[in-house]
Amino acid sequence: MLSPSPKAETVISTSALDLVFETNDGPVHALSDITLDIKKGEFVSLIGPSGCGKTTLLRVIADLEHPTGGTISVNGLTPHEARLKRAYGYVFQAAALFPWRTIADNVALPLEVMGLDRAERDARVSENLELVDLAGFEKKFPWQLSGGMQQRASIARALAVQPDMLLMDEPFGALDEIVRDHLNVQLLKLWAATHKTIVFVTHSIPEAVFLSTKIVVMSPRPGRIHEVIDCNLGADRPLEIRETPEFLKIAHQVREGLAAGHAYE
Amino acid sequence: MIRSRILPILTVVAAIIAVWYAFAVILNAPFERSAAERAGETIGFVELLPKTMAQQRPVLPAPHQVAVEIWETTAEKSITSKRSLIYHAWVTLSATLLGFMMGTALGILLAVGIVHSRVLDKSMMPWIITSQTIPILALAPMIIVVFNSVGVTGLLPKALISTYLSFFPVAVGMVKGLRSPETMHMDLMHTYSANRAQTFWKLRWPSSVPFLFTSMKIGIAASLVGAIVGELPTGAVAGLGARLLAGSYYGQTVQIWSALIVAAVLAGLLVGLIGWIGGWLNRRMGVREARA
Repeated sequence: MLSPSPKAETVISTSALDLVFETNDGPVHALSDITLDIKKGEFVSLIGPSGCGKTTLLRVIADLEHPTGGTISVNGLTPHEARLKRAYGYVFQAAALFPWRTIADNVALPLEVMGLDRAERDARVSENLELVDLAGFEKKFPWQLSGGMQQRASIARALAVQPDMLLMDEPFGALDEIVRDHLNVQLLKLWAATHKTIVFVTHSIPEAVFLSTKIVVMSPRPGRIHEVIDCNLGADRPLEIRETPEFLKIAHQVREGLAAGHAYE
Repeated sequence: MIRSRILPILTVVAAIIAVWYAFAVILNAPFERSAAERAGETIGFVELLPKTMAQQRPVLPAPHQVAVEIWETTAEKSITSKRSLIYHAWVTLSATLLGFMMGTALGILLAVGIVHSRVLDKSMMPWIITSQTIPILALAPMIIVVFNSVGVTGLLPKALISTYLSFFPVAVGMVKGLRSPETMHMDLMHTYSANRAQTFWKLRWPSSVPFLFTSMKIGIAASLVGAIVGELPTGAVAGLGARLLAGSYYGQTVQIWSALIVAAVLAGLLVGLIGWIGGWLNRRMGVREARA
């Protein structure tokens, strides 16, 4: 598939999803009545204030949390089955590289778990390090790389599995704005080149508007979807697009949605 | 670098030796005074001073007396001689090393079990802690006697006492080490659908290496103590413990102190060796240098 077709199939589908954490202070309603469809090839951002359940929703998709109500399917399977089939690559808030492994060995980690042979591992490692612009850093240890480079290595590691989708949990949240801008541009290029479905958690409005085809505005207590905003600024998005009226209009819409969802209280 | 590390150590050593000499004089003086009294003489401090450092059986031998004794019983004796401290040190060291290896293996196995099984976690940990509240001095003779009655003597019973002392720090340290991976790293392995063995070998085990070496340093020192204690109830045939015991039977304080010093140096070397191996492994595992 060279370009996402307009009638693309639904890859992630949730219906009336609920998740209640039992804590010592009583139940916490982390997710409430989440109904959402994500189609193949979409770039969906989940945005909202802390405690709105955006990370929890991502973790439910990844089978790292288990919903207490409602239904969810990933590639037509349960999240558990999808995880066993390695349907997704997960990128965490921190790079989460193993400090005792070189960059190449870190990228090879999931491939070792999958039981791929050496030649296949090496091929995928160099291919994906190339993709995130880290060729030549194979033998470095994580601490020898900057934060941005570490996060790129972790994206290469997620891509090495060759998943249909990428689940990204505030991957650039800990980086400074200049690095973050740079990585946003790179991520868009990657998305255009690979046509992967991306679910992206962020609390930055410009980041969400710049990257996404669809923005899911969430609000806290209980964590729920307030509004879903379509956002397609076209395939070619240079950083300067952020000063255009179209961009600012959508950003305004997101901000309004967050305010209406009590995000600023 | 070397100067900044060596100088403080030498200063402390010099201070210890000075204090040691002072106490040797103070503690050995009463013997000289009463000897002089019995001879009907009075003795001045200047005459007293050299005598306190040259007694046959001093309360506290002077450092140079111990140094001479160590020199005579190491460099000037054949290694196979029963009077060679190197021979006795080797007897103790072999039991120490055997016991330490068994203790480390046991500690690691226990920790692996505890980390992977809730039942073992709940049932074993209290017993492991209780085991260390029994004074080893009370336990050691029983171990020796029990093994002796079934015909097992020599190295193994002593090594088992070392095992008993050294498995504990390793077990406790490794439980902590195997549980040290961050949640994010554990989640990562989970997203790969890694099984327990893969998670263990690729994440838990490498994460625990620094904990392993820290606890092995404690373990090997404890092993040495265990081996020495194990030599005491055997009737003192060979080993540093035997030298200590024989020394105390015959009031040979110089012999006791030289065995003590050799034991301390041995412990220092063993701990240093473990630390050096740990540091080497850390560098091989890509840990950032000069963080200490």
